[in-house]
Amino acid sequence: MMSSMRNRKIVSGIAYHLLVAALGFLMVYPVLWMISGAFKTNYEILNESLKLIPNSFSFDNFARGWKGFGRLTFAGFFRNSAYISTLATAGVTISSAIVAYAFSRLNFPGRQFWFACMMSTMMLPYQVVMIPQYIIFRNLGLTNTYVPLILPSWFSRAFFVFMIMQFIHGLPRELDEAAIIDGCSRYSVFTRIILPLIKPALITTIIINFYWAWDDFMGPLIYLSRPTKYPVSLAIKLFADSTSTTDYGAMFAMSTLSLIPVFSIFLFFNRYLIQGISMSGLRG
Amino acid sequence: MAVDNKTSWYQRMMRFMDKEAVAGYVFASPFIVGFLAFTILPMIYSLVISFTSYRIASPPRWIGVDNYVRMFTRDPRFIRSIGVTLHYVAVSVPLKVGFALLVAVLLTRSTRLAAFYRSVYYLPSLIGGSVAVSLVWKELFAVKGVINNVLSVIGLPGDIAWIGDPNYAIYVLVLLAVWQFGSSMIIFAAGLKQIPETYYEAAQIDGASSWQQFIYITLPCLSPVILFNLVMQTISAFMNFTQAFIITKGGPMDSTLFYALYLYMSAFNYFEMGYASAMAWVLLVIVGIVTALIFKSSGRWVYYESKGGRW
Repeated sequence: MMSSMRNRKIVSGIAYHLLVAALGFLMVYPVLWMISGAFKTNYEILNESLKLIPNSFSFDNFARGWKGFGRLTFAGFFRNSAYISTLATAGVTISSAIVAYAFSRLNFPGRQFWFACMMSTMMLPYQVVMIPQYIIFRNLGLTNTYVPLILPSWFSRAFFVFMIMQFIHGLPRELDEAAIIDGCSRYSVFTRIILPLIKPALITTIIINFYWAWDDFMGPLIYLSRPTKYPVSLAIKLFADSTSTTDYGAMFAMSTLSLIPVFSIFLFFNRYLIQGISMSGLRG
Repeated sequence: MAVDNKTSWYQRMMRFMDKEAVAGYVFASPFIVGFLAFTILPMIYSLVISFTSYRIASPPRWIGVDNYVRMFTRDPRFIRSIGVTLHYVAVSVPLKVGFALLVAVLLTRSTRLAAFYRSVYYLPSLIGGSVAVSLVWKELFAVKGVINNVLSVIGLPGDIAWIGDPNYAIYVLVLLAVWQFGSSMIIFAAGLKQIPETYYEAAQIDGASSWQQFIYITLPCLSPVILFNLVMQTISAFMNFTQAFIITKGGPMDSTLFYALYLYMSAFNYFEMGYASAMAWVLLVIVGIVTALIFKSSGRWVYYESKGGRW
């Protein structure tokens, strides 16, 4: 009696793990397929597409892909992406932390109003501001520069402000109050007490915004027309368009490389990502 | 003497800056300045040019509401793009959120592997927005791609032009959306953790099956999270651009001409800035209406503990 129940439990346990693992494999299959495609020959990609393990691991695809197109190598595209993502992320992190402190700790007239404005920007379709922003930046002669891609980031981003606010709410107010009684200004409360304590939220912000900026396609597509300025996202699209009839291997190789920053975030900072999503998704 | 004056000026300045209201505005200023410069000003500008014919090269010409009239009476592609987008939203969002919920519940079994599984399931939504994944997706569904290969291995017709056939192309994009259920799943998982274990224990003592526990405990307790995910996913589905732009380019025969894609084409391929701005405002209204409908319906099915719910 007992043993049959235990058997049933084991069987259902195995069935459960098989199901979950099979589904998990299905989920990551496209990713594995892309990575294996980066090492396959074009003949293998077209004729033995199901296989995940290539006949031989060769880095030819990477070498061919890295050369890029029209004298522009992927080294330049990666440099552009790194430049844009770093500056945009630095701006978002610093400004969002500052704004989050205002909304969560300081009482100022109009706070409710501005907070409501900020939350509503999260729901606002980008399309509504996309065209006028483009026209304004164009009239200022700033197309084909990185200014339109970086500058707006320096004025905080609602998603991150909200997330950091959730974090600040978790810190005891007595800390600030004690510091103020001791003669600290609100500016030093922010830099000396709040900032060091919200480090985990700042790391989450850096990580999420970096990969958003790295992945961004629409912004560069609208603002950049000179290929020398292209970030990786735009470059692989152009690369695929110019070579897709023949060189799948090189395309997969460059696609794989373009995802390396995201993969490394996933491997090393997964905890922060998950925390960020759950914190901003659920109030309190 | 001069030094003294300076210090007192400095001290007065500092005391003023440290007033809570002043400090509040100083700290909030990045948002306020950015909000005015990058949201409000462009919105006003956008509204104004939506009443003009503005082909970027020549200055805008006032044409009243003609852009709006044209959209609904003289532009069949626009009507088509609304239909395509609503179809996409209506199919992909419930599937995505439903799948996210299902998997989140499936992974509440406390095994050591649960966290690992959760990361694996989450990976697609982390990379799904990238150009690389869209390019890969396109090849997976190519005529000689993996999907057709698998179909022919299991004895089904393996020569379907998934991306080339107007009946199927949209489902290639729906699948890509559903594949990225991970972030909704994480939010569900966080919500599931907040349901008190005692509810389930009490139900088990009363002999409730796990299905009954799911229907009468998990679903009601999770309903605010379901609402949140539905709204966020609906909004982002309306904005879908990159995937359609790369995989189908809106084709074949405009069968995947998403609203955001048509808007982009109007502005940056046909250079009709006025018309595209009008489209953006209509999009805002549509998204507003759909979100309001979801919220309105939520009164019937979302359960808030504080109100004292249905039991």
